[in-house]
Amino acid sequence: MENTSKVTKKIFKKVEKAKSRQRIIGIIMFAIGMLIYFVLSRNTSPDLETLFVMTPGGSDVTTPDITFNSLLITNILAILCVLAGIFQYIKGFGKFTNIVLVLVGIMLTISFLTWGASGGSINVGGMLRIMIVRSVPIVLGALSGILCERAGVVNIAIEGMMITGALVGAILGSLFGLWIGALSAIIAGGLIAVIHAILSIKYKVDQIISGTIINIFTIGITSYLVTKILQEREWQYLNESGIFLPFSIPVLSKIPFIGPILFDHKIFVYAMYILVIVLTVALFRTKWGLRLRAVGEHPKAADTLGINVFKIRYVAVILSGMLAGFAGSYFSLGSAGYFNQSMTAGRGFIGLAAMIFGNWTPVGALGSGLLFGFAETLADNLQLLNFPIPSEILLMVPYILTMVVLAGVVGRSRGPAAAGIPYEKESL
Amino acid sequence: MKENKFSKINNFLKIFLEEVSRSSLTYIILAVFTGLVLGGIIAAATTQDIYEAFDESFIGGISASLKFIWKTYSSLFLGSFGNPSKMVSSLFSGDKAAMRTAFKPFLESLVVTTPYLLTGVAIALGFQAGVFNIGGEGQLFMGSIMAGWAGWTFKGLPPIVHVPLALLIGILAGALWGFIPGWLKAKTGSHEVINTIMMNYIAFNLSQYLIVGPFQDPNESFKTRFIEESAHLYRFFEDPLRLNIGILIAIVVAVLAWYVLYKTTWGFEIRIVGLNPKASKYAGVNSSLITILSLTISGAIAGLAGSVEMLGVNFRAVQSLTTGYGFDAIAIALLAKNNPLMVIITAMLFGFMRQGSRVMQINTGIPIDIISILQAFILFFIAAPAIIRTIYRLKEPKQGDLTPQMTGSGEKI
Repeated sequence: MENTSKVTKKIFKKVEKAKSRQRIIGIIMFAIGMLIYFVLSRNTSPDLETLFVMTPGGSDVTTPDITFNSLLITNILAILCVLAGIFQYIKGFGKFTNIVLVLVGIMLTISFLTWGASGGSINVGGMLRIMIVRSVPIVLGALSGILCERAGVVNIAIEGMMITGALVGAILGSLFGLWIGALSAIIAGGLIAVIHAILSIKYKVDQIISGTIINIFTIGITSYLVTKILQEREWQYLNESGIFLPFSIPVLSKIPFIGPILFDHKIFVYAMYILVIVLTVALFRTKWGLRLRAVGEHPKAADTLGINVFKIRYVAVILSGMLAGFAGSYFSLGSAGYFNQSMTAGRGFIGLAAMIFGNWTPVGALGSGLLFGFAETLADNLQLLNFPIPSEILLMVPYILTMVVLAGVVGRSRGPAAAGIPYEKESL
Repeated sequence: MKENKFSKINNFLKIFLEEVSRSSLTYIILAVFTGLVLGGIIAAATTQDIYEAFDESFIGGISASLKFIWKTYSSLFLGSFGNPSKMVSSLFSGDKAAMRTAFKPFLESLVVTTPYLLTGVAIALGFQAGVFNIGGEGQLFMGSIMAGWAGWTFKGLPPIVHVPLALLIGILAGALWGFIPGWLKAKTGSHEVINTIMMNYIAFNLSQYLIVGPFQDPNESFKTRFIEESAHLYRFFEDPLRLNIGILIAIVVAVLAWYVLYKTTWGFEIRIVGLNPKASKYAGVNSSLITILSLTISGAIAGLAGSVEMLGVNFRAVQSLTTGYGFDAIAIALLAKNNPLMVIITAMLFGFMRQGSRVMQINTGIPIDIISILQAFILFFIAAPAIIRTIYRLKEPKQGDLTPQMTGSGEKI
């Protein structure tokens, strides 16, 4: 009797919690609608028009531009958001909640752009194209983190592995060409990951301390080598790798609007698409992926079933390092054409944030990487658009969102259960 | 009879050596030593003269490398401590200007030690409670900028009021930056490592914004105003020497932290939570309160570090990326085994290295980044004692040397 009441109490509590989360999301949507109306619509004069240019600059696949009345659109979007909020509060969208939340976010962005460019024009196509480019290192970093943490090893050294990849890519790219550069960046990332693997799997060092050591070491040694060698004039030829050229995918790039945004890029963007698909399949549709996830969730159970926990973890950590090294080579071989100490600028940590925000799944990582990439793109364009928000504040958004999601106020993001805990085989 | 005596001495030596071999101090010293050797090898391996010497003869190359490493570390020493003979002669001559130049490196090293000591104590305190505070850097940034704000906003206050007020505001800013991840960890179970990293970046962006925005000096861009004279920390010497009362504040904080941790019930509770959060719960310790409090205090001390740096050394904030203090503090705390009194020594090690590396760069062309490499090596060997024990064939330490447990992600306490 007492037992059943306990269970019902527990269930009741759970339902209560889900209900309150549903209401919080409803209130947020409602607030976004109100924000659009009171901050944006109220400050738009009724006769202004906004022009959205849909063709990225320099593309020969043209898409017709869109012109509309700024006030009308912001008002419609505000009403839609408010309605969604009210519905969410009373009834709830159920399993579509996240999708609706994303839609509300998109509506907020559109109304911002509409309002910012009222009486003028904004190249939406170009912005989306840059968003894709910007998201590459973030998504690759997130994928690197996913692979590692799904196997139960926390990797906060993504930043360090990236910066190593960037430097090695630049040097070997200058000497032997871009492809060798990219390949050696991947290998370098893998080698750094070997240190992480040995420290955290073999010696059972706290994985966060191990990651911190690698970050300090790699940031120190790259900076050291740049000051000591690459800045000397006689060695400068080591830091002139140049960049991969963009190429368009034959048929796909001719699709209006989507084509030039998605399929007219450098190799890194295509690699990102492929890696997201490959990792999704590998993690969730193969035996190897099932084993890897089992090791990350419950290593002891996996071990009992005859899975070699250590081997799986070693492989996952090293692959993760290779991914991070490749992400690093994007900076030198895909963007700048040389190595610079400040080029990664914390992208490894944003990648970590994207991993959490995407709930430890490759597709989620792609989505959150695109969102964070868009935040960066928007921050770059703020001054052009005369936005009253300082770009630094906008750049905080990814970090704040991550903390909110991790806290479980809006959605719940939960990592693999055994992440961070060294596995110790029990002696017989 | 004779033999007996000999074997006694032999026995004594054996026991002594075994004690030394088991002691944690031995392996810390060996870790630092090994780190220095590896750093020296990297320094030599990236210098062209060494390769030329090796081209001539192998022995010549070896001796050239040893000479070079000696020169590197001796200039590191001279840069951080100063020249002992000059110090002595200046003391005897009684010439004040000579004394100032002779003691300048040493005193400047103490200036650099101050923020290291404070952030080191902050991180050590977190570790003792089982929380990993990577956010020292962000807390330091917030403490610094807010103490600066208090420094230039309030005018006409006497120093006795202004200095504590500005320090307090800096401390509060740091404390807030520690409280948020602490509260989130205790209430929602979200991991403090991720949250403090995120808080770091929020702090960087926020202070960037403040420096180029509302706090910007009207006459000079990318810099804030100077703080009022009345907010300056007391300096012991005349102008080029920047040693201020901050170092005393830092030492007092370290001693106080040690006292609280090891001599009070409350400190005992903190350490119990760090050693075993579950057991502490059964023992009736309010572990979520301890988690929140320890991260908040950790943040407060890191904020104090930033405030002291602002009020005692910089007097204004300049747009910059990172100071590195908050990250190096992790190494400092671990090297000190999270004991605040030991942090005084390890912070001095790092502070003196950082100061000395500038002279080293001028004398030998070895970039100051070698310090980060050294730190990474030292930390590497400290974190994996098994490696050092294997290299030097040391014996296993005695049981009972407990280290705090870091709680995993999603573990609500």
